[in-house]
Amino acid sequence: MSLPQRFLDWFAARGWSPRAHQLRVLDHAERRESLLLISPTGGGKTLAGFLPSLAEITARGSGEGIHTLYISPLKALAVDIARNLEAPIAEMGLPVIVETRTGDTPHSKRVRQRQKPPDILITTPEQVSLLVADPHAAHLLKGLRTVILDELHSMVTSKRGVLLSLALSRVQALAPEAIRIGLSATVADPDALRAWLVPTGAEPAPLVLGQPGAKPEIRILSSVERVPWSGHSSIYAIPEVYEEIRRAKMTLVFVNTRSQAELVFQALWEANDDNLPIALHHGSLDVGQRRKVEAAMGEGRLRAVVCTSTLELGIDWGDVDLVVHVGAPKGSSRLLQRIGRSNHKLDLPSQALLVPSNRFEVLECQAALQAAEVNAQDTEYPMVLKMDVLAQHILCRACAGPFHPDELFAEVSSAWTYRKLSREEFDKAVDYVATGGYALRAYERYAKLKPQADGTLRLAHPRLAMAYRLNMGTIVEDEMLKVRLAHVKRRLGKRVVVGGRVLGEVEEWFLSQLTVGQTFVFAGEVLRFEGLDEFGALASRSNDREPMVPSYQGGKFPLSTYLAERVRQMLADPSSWNSLPPQVKAWLSLQHFRSVVPKAGEMLVETFPRADKHYMVCYPFEGRLAHQTLGMLLTRRLERSGMQPLGFVASEYALVIWMVRDLSLAVSSGRTSLGRLFDEDMMGDDLEAWMAESALMKRTFRNAAIIAGLIERRQPGKEKTARQMTVNTDLIYDVLRTHQPDHLLLRAAWDDAAEGLIDAYRLGAMLRRIKGQILHKPLDTVSPLSVPILLDIGRESVYGEGHDALLAEAANALIDEAMRLV
Amino acid sequence: MSRSHRITLSGLDFIPDLSGALFVPEFKALLVADLHLEKGTSLARRGVHLPPYDTRESLLQLQAAVEATKPRRLIFLGDSFHDGDARERIDTSDLALLRAITARAETVWITGNHDPEPPEDVGGIIIAEMALGPVTLRHQPKLLREDEAEISGHLHPAAAIHARGHRIRCRCFIADHRRLIMPAFGSYTGALSVRSEAFEGLFGDFHVWMIGDKAVHCFPASQVR
Repeated sequence: MSLPQRFLDWFAARGWSPRAHQLRVLDHAERRESLLLISPTGGGKTLAGFLPSLAEITARGSGEGIHTLYISPLKALAVDIARNLEAPIAEMGLPVIVETRTGDTPHSKRVRQRQKPPDILITTPEQVSLLVADPHAAHLLKGLRTVILDELHSMVTSKRGVLLSLALSRVQALAPEAIRIGLSATVADPDALRAWLVPTGAEPAPLVLGQPGAKPEIRILSSVERVPWSGHSSIYAIPEVYEEIRRAKMTLVFVNTRSQAELVFQALWEANDDNLPIALHHGSLDVGQRRKVEAAMGEGRLRAVVCTSTLELGIDWGDVDLVVHVGAPKGSSRLLQRIGRSNHKLDLPSQALLVPSNRFEVLECQAALQAAEVNAQDTEYPMVLKMDVLAQHILCRACAGPFHPDELFAEVSSAWTYRKLSREEFDKAVDYVATGGYALRAYERYAKLKPQADGTLRLAHPRLAMAYRLNMGTIVEDEMLKVRLAHVKRRLGKRVVVGGRVLGEVEEWFLSQLTVGQTFVFAGEVLRFEGLDEFGALASRSNDREPMVPSYQGGKFPLSTYLAERVRQMLADPSSWNSLPPQVKAWLSLQHFRSVVPKAGEMLVETFPRADKHYMVCYPFEGRLAHQTLGMLLTRRLERSGMQPLGFVASEYALVIWMVRDLSLAVSSGRTSLGRLFDEDMMGDDLEAWMAESALMKRTFRNAAIIAGLIERRQPGKEKTARQMTVNTDLIYDVLRTHQPDHLLLRAAWDDAAEGLIDAYRLGAMLRRIKGQILHKPLDTVSPLSVPILLDIGRESVYGEGHDALLAEAANALIDEAMRLV
Repeated sequence: MSRSHRITLSGLDFIPDLSGALFVPEFKALLVADLHLEKGTSLARRGVHLPPYDTRESLLQLQAAVEATKPRRLIFLGDSFHDGDARERIDTSDLALLRAITARAETVWITGNHDPEPPEDVGGIIIAEMALGPVTLRHQPKLLREDEAEISGHLHPAAAIHARGHRIRCRCFIADHRRLIMPAFGSYTGALSVRSEAFEGLFGDFHVWMIGDKAVHCFPASQVR
């Protein structure tokens, strides 16, 4: 497609000319072909996506219904994109109307949008589902020509993306002419995204590559301080990070978790002798507070922002010239994506500094740096076939009007994500939506979908459509409670706590751990817990510098398989240690001397006595989740073989189990074999048995139950229905598991857990990898490599003890105390 | 019956069972509070289809407790049925199971706020409150006279303790020397912390008997968070 003259003039007036990839996008669009554009940030990706639509709308005239749907993963981003698009439209004088529609859009505006739709509607994935659930969807979308999917790489790896793919299959049915333009950062497997974009069986969408940016300049902080053996706070490096912030114009400090953000922010404030404007940004902070920080960044009023992945996506958050990554980046693509936040100019290299928070992280940072050098990608594969999401979509379809199951099955299977869905599974999902899918047919009378004479299914009551709109979506938050700043007053000698402004929200489980008077870090301050009231938690400012309750919960993202492989290789090759800081190199050399360094492909298992216990430490480097599962399964095995395991702790890199019996002796005497112990068959019955009763399973079940509409989300304002009256999903899980273990939702939860919290697939792959490759080193004492994980004992909570054991122990401790007093 | 502790009220001994029931050896009576049968199906009209197996699960637990203790009397302390329509929704096989259980002992249904008029065709007699020796049995705890002792349900007590950095929360029995409140027996019944307002002023120096997976554990008030 050649660009109309006024577009060319507009480019020329800025001294630009359309880039090659922008013209290729235009060509494909003109041929009515969907396409995937992969381009680094700052490459004019957004404009490339919009150009065909702007040209077409200009040619066809405005006001002919929605021409283009632009789908962005973040609400804030949608608003930003709309604003940025206004400029070229105004400057070229195009007759194009752009509007946004997000969860925040007022009802009146939605109604107006239905009567007088804009040419371009910028929205979020959930809104697309809501749009197709509208009985007027067919009318609204009949003129649709283009669907643009922004940050596609980030959407396809979650259930959000799976739901979006189903909503798009409906859009496709209503507007068969529409093409899809996917915009993405660099990914490991572009072919999967190309297939994702088009209906099952069609030619994959052609790939258009943007102009690559300059190679980023990445450094690892070589601290003059001692790099800690373990822990995640990186506090040791704060003075040096502060110096970097002082030298840069604007710094983004990325961390991996909310609690880490709090700690780093607090430490930076203490080091802030120049009173630099430094702000904090994470998902649990009040939205208003977050918007303020974003605005201040945009206006260049800040020098640094400490943030979690909340600032990972986005077009422009101001003139960032340095990205500091505190803690290991966990994956090469994640690192590159975060670094891309700095320097939105293609020709200038982004500047980044990695700050490892412990010795193993030094290795991981080094691996990530090498991976980034060669631009290696380790993004996840798109998520497919989620039954809970399908159930939600079936209800969505029913809200729009009666449907025929045969037609809906064809439509759903046309989504790449559901190409392998069997008719039997689909029918089960429909039955689930209608009556719960129980063997005990208790709900025929109360079915949500009623069969009609013509074979279609109709929603039983309009009230169900209302409930759908309130409960839809795939993002299930932990149950959050508001934290309000409390003022403590003395009245008549009594301590009275008065609630003040809202600081943000915190997970309910975290608050439930606290007792009045304990201190914790939140919103950049050390707070004293004052109790709960009907609105949430009350906390007052504390003078403590160290919180009593650490809130570290471990990283959200496990170490990527790709980086893990690189770390193992680096460990195996002493010649590569020269690139490491001296203290880390010395640590590894000492390991070589005192124990052994495993060769590439080998897994080291060390066994040694310490105090009155025997320890086994192994180093699979497969991430904390997989290690936790391994620890759980190994302790069961050790229990059975009479080794009397007492507990275990898992880190990102290693696993330690301690026990009463001497494992070194058991192995050397041939009573136990490590090969047997680590045999892959532990993934069978042992895994099933453990998962069934695991608390993690209950958590994934809750998520699936909410997404599939089994239970309703807690609506704002409704939280305070008495606790004992609501049905807890844990209870539902237990009952369902006993009476219908093959229920659709239990299988959905099992799948989620296996690929998520339990990481069973990765563990299985690891056990296959180390078959015949276990290097056993019996030692007299602790090895250098094992020190970090041994330090984690006592810091991390210990698994492997049932509630009863703890209850009995607590009760016995009381008895002991009582006996001493006698 | 599992290893358990004894609770004494007005000189009468009670044995808290792992199932959440309470056995009274002297009267060979088994006490059960807050069954909430058919709670699972109670939201059906609103389109919420919870697994309808809670009734069966609760009844199977009850059957096991009855088998283990072989009571002469079986006394329900109210809220045995979740609502007035529960009798209409209950599955035929579950109804048969319930009748088989009540046929094995002299059964008494004390009324509760959820079931002021429990069904009359499931065996046993219906009554607002009753005396068991020196102790009054009723659904909701009441203000007690100086010389009165009472066993009730209604509040669904739960307690939490801290052990080795873990917080462990379980259903529990809670009692002082003259009042005992039983945990809810039903499989979909939630629980309320004994530290919450609803329990304020009900107890003097109390103990809780927490229901673990394998045993009942007794703790003094000072341990309860």
